[in-house]
Amino acid sequence: MKTRYSYGGDEHIYVEIDDEMSLDAFFIALSLSNMVREANIPGVTEILPANASFEVRFDPDVIAPDAMMAKIKEFEHRAEVQEKRLDTRIIEIPVYFQDPWTHETLMRFRERHQDPSGSDLEYAARINGYDTVEAFIEAFHSQPWFVSMVGFVAGLPFLYQLVDRDKQIEVPKYLRPRTDTPRHTVGIGGCFGCIYSVRGAGGYQMFGITPMTIFDPDQKVSYLKDFMVFFRPGDIVKWKPIGREEFDAITKEVEEGTYTPRIAEVEFDLDAFNNDMTGFNAKLMEALNDA
Amino acid sequence: MTLEIIKPGLATTIQDLGRPGYFHLGIPEGGAMDRLAFRAANLLVGNDEGAAGLEAVFMGPEIKFGAEMSVAVTGAEMPMFLDGEPRDTWTSFTVKPGQVLSFGFLKAGAHIYIAVSGGIDTPPALGSRSTYPIGALGGFEGRAIAAGDVIPVGVGSVVAEGRVVPDALRRRPGTPAVLRAVTGLYWHRLTEKSQKAFFDDDWVVAPEADRMGYRFRGGQPMEFVDRPQPFGAGSDPSNIVDGCYSYGSIQVPGGLEPIVLHRDAVSGGGYFTLGAVISADMDLIGQLQPNTPVKFKRVEMDEALAARAQRKAMIEDIRQSLA
Repeated sequence: MKTRYSYGGDEHIYVEIDDEMSLDAFFIALSLSNMVREANIPGVTEILPANASFEVRFDPDVIAPDAMMAKIKEFEHRAEVQEKRLDTRIIEIPVYFQDPWTHETLMRFRERHQDPSGSDLEYAARINGYDTVEAFIEAFHSQPWFVSMVGFVAGLPFLYQLVDRDKQIEVPKYLRPRTDTPRHTVGIGGCFGCIYSVRGAGGYQMFGITPMTIFDPDQKVSYLKDFMVFFRPGDIVKWKPIGREEFDAITKEVEEGTYTPRIAEVEFDLDAFNNDMTGFNAKLMEALNDA
Repeated sequence: MTLEIIKPGLATTIQDLGRPGYFHLGIPEGGAMDRLAFRAANLLVGNDEGAAGLEAVFMGPEIKFGAEMSVAVTGAEMPMFLDGEPRDTWTSFTVKPGQVLSFGFLKAGAHIYIAVSGGIDTPPALGSRSTYPIGALGGFEGRAIAAGDVIPVGVGSVVAEGRVVPDALRRRPGTPAVLRAVTGLYWHRLTEKSQKAFFDDDWVVAPEADRMGYRFRGGQPMEFVDRPQPFGAGSDPSNIVDGCYSYGSIQVPGGLEPIVLHRDAVSGGGYFTLGAVISADMDLIGQLQPNTPVKFKRVEMDEALAARAQRKAMIEDIRQSLA
C-alpha cells in the first residue's frame, strides 16, 4: 500500500491508503479509522471512512494540524497488520430491473450519455462483454456486493462487487451528470454500485429501482425507527431481481410499516474470501435462507 | 409567538450553526453560510449565538410578526423596511404584533440573516434546526419556507433598540474577493503549469452557486500529470476512487470549473480536489454573488491558523461590543 497523508484545509486530514480500489485498502482504511476513533483524541470531531481512504475532521484550536497528523501516523503499522475480518450482516435488496421510471429518466437525459441510441443497460452489457442485457443483469445480481462507503447524499451506499477484479463490472459515469435521478435507483459508475437514497442529480448508469426505503428523515419506516439511515460500511448486499407485481407489493408493505428486510448476521473474512470467492459467497448467501 | 410568511423570497431557509457529526453518512453539517454574520444577528437580539434564524439569498422575504419581539438583520447589504419605514441592518429594533418586515433590492453580498429574540422554535432534527432540503430534514417541514407558513418562535425577551455592530466588525469580501487556500489532497494530479495558473488566473462566481457549493469560471482548463487511471477511479483524468470530500475542498470536474463545497456539501465522490479554502474564509464565500471576480491565494498552514484566530477574535470583539 502507498499510504498518503494530506491536509484538507485547516480542519481536515485526508488519508489515502491506496489510489486504486481493493478490499485490502478498504480494510486498512477501516482499521486505521477505527483506531483513531477508539483513541479518543481530544479535538477530533468526526471520522469519515471511505472506499480506500478516510478523513478526520478536527478542531485546530484544540490540536495542532501537525500533531493531529502525527497521531494518525502512529497507528499506520498496526492497521496494516490488523486481521481483515468483520462481523457484519448480509441484506437482500429487491430490485426491479428495467423499470419504467429509470427508463423514462434515462431517455430524458440521453444527450448526456456515451451512447444516445440505446439504454444504460444495453450500453453497460456491451462494453462489459455480455451478449444480452439478461446475461449482464444475471452477472450483476448473482454475486454479493460489499458496502465500502456511505455518503455523497444522506445514506447513499457505495457498493463493491465481491468477484475477481477481471470479472468486475466497470462502466463510465454519464458524460455530463443528470439533474434528476429517481429515488431508489440502482446503478453503477466506475466499479461502484449505488442506491440513490433520495431523488436528485447523479451520473451513474441506471439499471433498476428498489422498493426499499433506505433513508427516512421522519423515521416512520418500521426498520428505520432506530436511525434514519439504513446502510453502514461493511454491510453486504445481495440483489434479488423482482418484477412489477412484487415491486408494488413491497412498496405497499414499506408504506404500511409491515415490510421486514431479509437480513442475516455473517462474518466477512478477507483471506477466506480471497482463497475461494465462489465458495465464500455461496456461504454468505446461504445465511439468507434462514433469515 | 410566530412569524407569518407573506412572501418567501427565493430560497429562504431556517438555519443555525448546523448538525456536525453525520457527514460520514452523507448528511452535511449545514447551518448558516456566513456564520460570523449569523452569530452577530443573534447577539444583537440577545439570543444564544446558535439560536435558529432565517437565511435568505439574493432576495428578502416579507414577514408579519405575531408578537412583540426584537429583530436584527445582518449579512448582505439589502434595504429593509418595517411597515414601509426604512430600518438599518446590523442594528436591533423592536417590532409589534402585526407589523411587516420587507426588503428592497440586494446591493452587495448574497445572504442575509434574520434573527428574532427567542429564536425560531421548529423541532430540531439530529440536534439542529438547519434545513437540509435534499434530505427533507430539519427546518420547516424539511424545506425552504413558503408563503402562508406560520413559523413558531421561542420565548425570548425584548432587548434595547439600536444595539449595533460597528462597521469595522462587519466582514465583507473585497474586489476581487480573495479566497485563501491550502494546497493538498490531490494537488499532485495537476501539472506545475496548472498549479500555478489556478492561483494566477482571474475567476468569477458562476451562476451555479448555492449552499452545496460555489462554482467558478474564467480560468484556464487544467492539465493533469499523465498516469494510467487507478482501478475503480473512472476514465477521466480528473477522476479518483470515490473518497470523502470536506467543507471548503476545491474539486475541478474535468479540469474545467472549480467548485468549493460549502455547508450543504455532498460528502464524497469521484473527483480530484486540489486543496481547500481555509476555514476563516468560508463566511466570505457566503457573500459572493454570481459574476463576482475572485482570486484564489495560496497560503501555508501557519497563515491559515493565524486567519482562523483573527476571525475568532473578531467574533469576540462583536460579543464585547454588544455585552
